[in-house]
Amino acid sequence: MATAQKYVGGGVLRKEDPELLTGQADFIDDLTFPGMLWLSVARSPFAHAKITSVDTSAAKAMPGVIAAWSGLDLADEWQGSLPCAWPVTEDIKMPTHWPVAQEEVHHQGEAVAVVVAETRAQAKDAAEAVVADYEQQPVVTDAEEALKEGAPLVHADLGTNKSYTWALSAGDVDKVFSSAPVVVKERYYHPRLIPNAIEPRGAVATTIPSQGEFTLYSATQIPHILKVALTAFTMANMSESKLRVIAPDVGGGFGSKLNVYAEEAMLLAAARRTGRPVKWIEERSENYLSTIQGRDVYQDVELAAAEDGKLLGVRAHLVADMGAYLQLVTPGIPLLGAFLYQGVYTPEAYDFVCTGVFTNKTPTDAYRGAGRPEATYAIERAMDALARRVGKDPVEIRRMNFMRPFMEPTDVISGLKYDSGDYGRQLDRALEIAGYEQLRKEQGARRDAGEVKQLGIGLSTYIEMCGLAPSQVLSALRYAAGGWDSATIRCLPTGKVVVVTGTSPHGQGHVTSWSQIVADALGVAVDDVEVLHGDTAVSPLGMDTYGSRSLAVGGVALHYAAQKILDKARRIAAHELEVSEDDLEYEAPAFSVKGAPDKARTIPEIAFAAWTAHSLPPDTEPGLEATHVYDPGNFTFPAGAHICVVEIDIETGEVRIEKYVAVDDCGNVINPMIVEGQIHGGIAQGIAEAMFEEGVYDENGNLMTSSMTDYLVPSAVELPAFELDRTVTPSSTNPMGVKGIGEAGTIAAPAAVVNAVVDALSYLGVTDIEMPATPERVWRAVRQATGGAA
Amino acid sequence: MARVEVTVNGAMREADVEPRTLLVYFLRESLGLTGTNVGCDTSSCGACTVLLDGESIKSCTLLAVQADGREVTTIEGLASNGELHPLQESFHRNHGLQCGYCTPGMIMAAVSYLKENPSPTEEEVRESLEGNLCRCTGYQNIVKSILDAAGQLSGTKA
Repeated sequence: MATAQKYVGGGVLRKEDPELLTGQADFIDDLTFPGMLWLSVARSPFAHAKITSVDTSAAKAMPGVIAAWSGLDLADEWQGSLPCAWPVTEDIKMPTHWPVAQEEVHHQGEAVAVVVAETRAQAKDAAEAVVADYEQQPVVTDAEEALKEGAPLVHADLGTNKSYTWALSAGDVDKVFSSAPVVVKERYYHPRLIPNAIEPRGAVATTIPSQGEFTLYSATQIPHILKVALTAFTMANMSESKLRVIAPDVGGGFGSKLNVYAEEAMLLAAARRTGRPVKWIEERSENYLSTIQGRDVYQDVELAAAEDGKLLGVRAHLVADMGAYLQLVTPGIPLLGAFLYQGVYTPEAYDFVCTGVFTNKTPTDAYRGAGRPEATYAIERAMDALARRVGKDPVEIRRMNFMRPFMEPTDVISGLKYDSGDYGRQLDRALEIAGYEQLRKEQGARRDAGEVKQLGIGLSTYIEMCGLAPSQVLSALRYAAGGWDSATIRCLPTGKVVVVTGTSPHGQGHVTSWSQIVADALGVAVDDVEVLHGDTAVSPLGMDTYGSRSLAVGGVALHYAAQKILDKARRIAAHELEVSEDDLEYEAPAFSVKGAPDKARTIPEIAFAAWTAHSLPPDTEPGLEATHVYDPGNFTFPAGAHICVVEIDIETGEVRIEKYVAVDDCGNVINPMIVEGQIHGGIAQGIAEAMFEEGVYDENGNLMTSSMTDYLVPSAVELPAFELDRTVTPSSTNPMGVKGIGEAGTIAAPAAVVNAVVDALSYLGVTDIEMPATPERVWRAVRQATGGAA
Repeated sequence: MARVEVTVNGAMREADVEPRTLLVYFLRESLGLTGTNVGCDTSSCGACTVLLDGESIKSCTLLAVQADGREVTTIEGLASNGELHPLQESFHRNHGLQCGYCTPGMIMAAVSYLKENPSPTEEEVRESLEGNLCRCTGYQNIVKSILDAAGQLSGTKA
């Protein structure tokens, strides 16, 4: 019996590509239905105002307009607010959040009325004809200002701008900090980021009125969660069993499509009221105001250390801007980093406090990395500050503080159990690729020569956590959903295999990777595996795709489902071959009798036998199909070492990345090409945060960076080529030894880049550059450090 | 309404459009060619890039009526006789796409650029892509795909 080809770990080209390369993919705006109407939204120009009236009469009179509704007109469509599924504390303040504002708006771009018309252009024209009158209210746009006595209240009925304070402490913090010979204090601000998936959001709701059935097609990362959340919390009188949610081809998400959005609720309401399909496609200018944003966090960070730089304590106090409302997981984002401030080191005291604050800005929520870039930035920049203080090289300070290599779950001070790690090896490899010694020599030579272009070298030895689980731990954190995911493998009688997954990819290549896993387990060709996803009618059980969870949870579910298939196949093979199960051995794709390899049954043969059911063992159901729902026992902890080398023109402040080296460890790898692609894109977004992007509001709450011409999403010109390598330290959390890689680059890169910028200028006495490190900021820092002489 | 006649992917197509209709919506909604995507409203992202008389343009910057009497090639017209264009092949081979939303625009921009400069350097390829944004790939494999295709295309000619 020939052994089947092995695919896992190999360079299988993506099965997703052909339709995407030829224009045959179906993104949300490509979908159209007979009789379809278009929805357009009238939005508030003000960041905070009472709505005194909304007049839709002019809009209703326009050509093609079917209906126009104010927030009050739609009030009976909702049973409650748009949901927040992560109320992080018992006493958290949660404002009411109607899909369409009824009495007051709290950020620029909030919906005040909805129009449906026959065409896209008619709907848009009519939305512009809605006349809303406002009484402007005072505005607060900075989270620290919002906490001050007398600050304008975003939600007067809450009586405070503070949503919550969440704290975590371990060890004798006061004693460690009061007795430590060295304490470094740092303050960091993470700019507000606008996610900018290149496909804007959009959705279509269809209905069969006589049955009360609805289908929502949405450019979402979370069709499963959306179905539950919309029917459980927001839509009045809409049965979960009569709502189907479909994510078509989705053009990127990065967390921005991980939400329950007002427009999705509006579309269901509009379909219910008109009995017709209704579509809404977000324009980019709307996206900048009405899609969630990321970061916007102040961090006060302190490290306590011995005189030699041995780390003793970590303290991080955060003020996190929630924006005007709590979207799906807004308050929980800082908690995704809250347990990671020890990084890959071993302090004995730990203190984390985060205060979530309302401002009159677009809500924040998950944006690639979500909490973990903040934690990594805090510890990795502060470690450089500590190195400077104790006169050590950034490499040395890290090496002396690393956790020792470990392959089994290991406790860390914050209460987590890291799954496995070998942090020194990753750093050694990165230093070797970068040519660290030579770079330091070059840096010294340029300094000695007083060159205009100075070199900076920045390290980031990051760790992150993926695969939010187990579900019980999520409950303890007050997260409303579980951490499991599901997989079904269906062996068809013709030898083909259908896989149904609860993950919902939007660029991550799950179809290819999942095919590789199943092809290897069952010994079939990778092209004989069809992967179905993103449709709640096809894949009823799922927790979707976010937080680098898909492989570590959904992929592992697939592994277990394959084991169940093999268990049943073994029973059937033993029955057919008239031997006991113990007499069989399995080498994909066949079970054969030990010592008599010619007596064998392949998986396709068994699948056919299971389908005909002519001769199955007693008490065996026909068919060869298995489902497994996997709830991991722990998180996974990818880690790595990134090195950024910058050249800075100290006369102009221009920063150029000369070299970027990334050595990542995501455990075992299914598809190296896909993993590298994820790292490339992640680093690009991390560099963007460090050097280019910042969402800026004026004091009235107007978004100043309101288009792609003002907000600097980097192009190919601004980004360098990345040099990648990896180490493999299998995870102890799951039997596949996999960890996750979707966010690693974005988590690691900001600290590497800014450490490099500060390193380049440290000889001048510069110790900090705020992100994004624009030429102006760098130039000012140089001027200030040199007393204006630069 | 204005009558527009455009040769699209080699075939004469005509439709009555509102004068304000952008070329991209004429292609997508009048002709059903949905491979060309829209990613912004400021001509920044390049997702809507097509060829007009053989040269790349952003189809959101042109009115459909301005294309009257001219030739347009979209991503749907790039493969011939069932064979993918070398750029489509090289994007596949080099993992030059993830979500795929910017991909048609990237490929059309590259088709046009490689005609202009058949053997570019990496830096020149990066500069040629300045008007096309991708949020997934960090551009690394897009640049690699285009350099790879350039090699293939010049190899074919030689």
